[in-house]
Amino acid sequence: MARLARLRLSEEEVEKMVGELSGILEHVDRIGNLDLEGVEPTAHVVKLENVLRPDEPRPSLPRDAALASAPEPQDGAFRAPSPQAE
Amino acid sequence: MSDLLKLTALEAHEAMVAGDLAAAEYTAAWKAAAAGDELNAYLWRNEGAEEGEAIAVARDCIAPIAVKDIFTTEGVPTTAGSRILEGYRPPYTSTAVRKLLEAGAPILGKTNMDEFAMGSSNENSAYGPVLNPWDRERVPGGSSGGSAAVVAGGLAPWAIGTDTGGSIRQPASFCGIVGLKPTYGAISRYGMIAFASSLDQCGPLTRTVSDAALLLGILQGHDPCDSTSVGIEGGVSLPDREDLSGLRFGVPAELARDDFDAGVRAVFEQTLRKIEELGGEIAEVALPSAEHGISAYYVIAPAEASSNLARYDGVRYGMRDGGDSDLIEMYETTRSEGFGPEVKRRIMLGTYALSSGYYEAYYGQAQKVRTRIAEDFSGAFAGVDFVVTPTAPSVAFKLGEKTDDPLAMYLNDFFTVPMSLAGIPAISIPAGLAAPAGGGPQLPVGFQIAAPAFAEQKLLDAAYALEQGIGFDRGPNPGERFSIDRAADG
Repeated sequence: MARLARLRLSEEEVEKMVGELSGILEHVDRIGNLDLEGVEPTAHVVKLENVLRPDEPRPSLPRDAALASAPEPQDGAFRAPSPQAE
Repeated sequence: MSDLLKLTALEAHEAMVAGDLAAAEYTAAWKAAAAGDELNAYLWRNEGAEEGEAIAVARDCIAPIAVKDIFTTEGVPTTAGSRILEGYRPPYTSTAVRKLLEAGAPILGKTNMDEFAMGSSNENSAYGPVLNPWDRERVPGGSSGGSAAVVAGGLAPWAIGTDTGGSIRQPASFCGIVGLKPTYGAISRYGMIAFASSLDQCGPLTRTVSDAALLLGILQGHDPCDSTSVGIEGGVSLPDREDLSGLRFGVPAELARDDFDAGVRAVFEQTLRKIEELGGEIAEVALPSAEHGISAYYVIAPAEASSNLARYDGVRYGMRDGGDSDLIEMYETTRSEGFGPEVKRRIMLGTYALSSGYYEAYYGQAQKVRTRIAEDFSGAFAGVDFVVTPTAPSVAFKLGEKTDDPLAMYLNDFFTVPMSLAGIPAISIPAGLAAPAGGGPQLPVGFQIAAPAFAEQKLLDAAYALEQGIGFDRGPNPGERFSIDRAADG
């Protein structure tokens, strides 16, 4: 699960978290037994209708500003280690 | 000088507009007060105009404001209480902050908070806990603990925060101030660092209900940058209701068997009597699904968080660690070093709840509970104008008291989470004082009033009348920088 979430947990962290998460899931499991057959799930509370805005070109964030907080930018682009190293 | 700080934000605004108060002098007085922060409530303070253009455009006719460090502000450090964003200076400003600046409110500083707004005590900040100004051995609540503490501690006239499951209302209750979570969609979320996008909402933390109304009026509105924002039709006016005649207040029947502090119950019941004295009527309502709010919330919020926090990967902004050879190695090291324990816990919980094979049992089921809770409220509002509960099950607890038991910490949100799931507005106003269950000096107790979606005006009007009726003593002189040791005092 940690792998899926891109987290690396120490053995100590795993041990602590297993206990904590079990307690939380036990509480959460109370809703597992409710009969909610036919109830519509709510993903969003405000009833909204889809609207389209005109497709007009607008200025966007300048490249310099977008890169200003990047850890290691290079040649006007974000830079990251190679994904093929594994 | 301290007389200036005694003014409410509304009084100061009126005096500045009338020309009786010089904005520069007023703002300078607050900057001096903020500089004396002994509560670890500010993560960044505005000490001059050089800190980015965003700060300089203010026209200074609205009281300066403290902003939770979750709102992006161009050129100003924005950390969301996380190590992973240490030193991050966003290239753009959130709509809420932009509206404040355009209205003429200088930014006084950015306030401490639980990391990515996950917490109920402010102890999950990577930058240390905030202390409660009423008793420095206690938490201010969370996640907007810094924003509540600066207002209660005389370090800012007012503040904004965010509320996902109670993060404005609970700290307001613990610090003896007013906190309003507006209807989902009332205020733009653009530039508000996302925790759980279907629940997150910006709102005011203020000394008075009138200040909350003034602030909500500035903040609300549709924003093309947030397609879920709709604003409040007709805007917001200052409340002036004098009594509660003709209004019905619903008390959930389930409250009778809910387990919470006796002191909180006493203040709650005393407030119900006050409502009746003011001409309001108390009725019983049924919210049978509300007791499942915590379970549904702690599936939905972590699920959304695990997805929202995927963006912190060390590539585009924020910290990066883990060498230069392997992308996955860099992701994992950055995230493991950058996130604190509560954030990791919720990412794990959310990843689990969304994983194949468990999705329907957890996330799907939680979304159905959410529907049921929303239906409970619409059913209740067919017979009453408002639903009222205590804001939190206890007064402010001690630092460290609940850090080893995440579930106990989550249960703090018992009374506030149902309104968040239903997307409806709710306000906490200080209703009185009660001693902690374990004994000690008395601390503030909040009273929560919830209203139907977008009925903020009606909610503020009623809260104002009740506030006048209660006449809560804000305790240690809010105009002075807090320096009285209440424990020794009382």
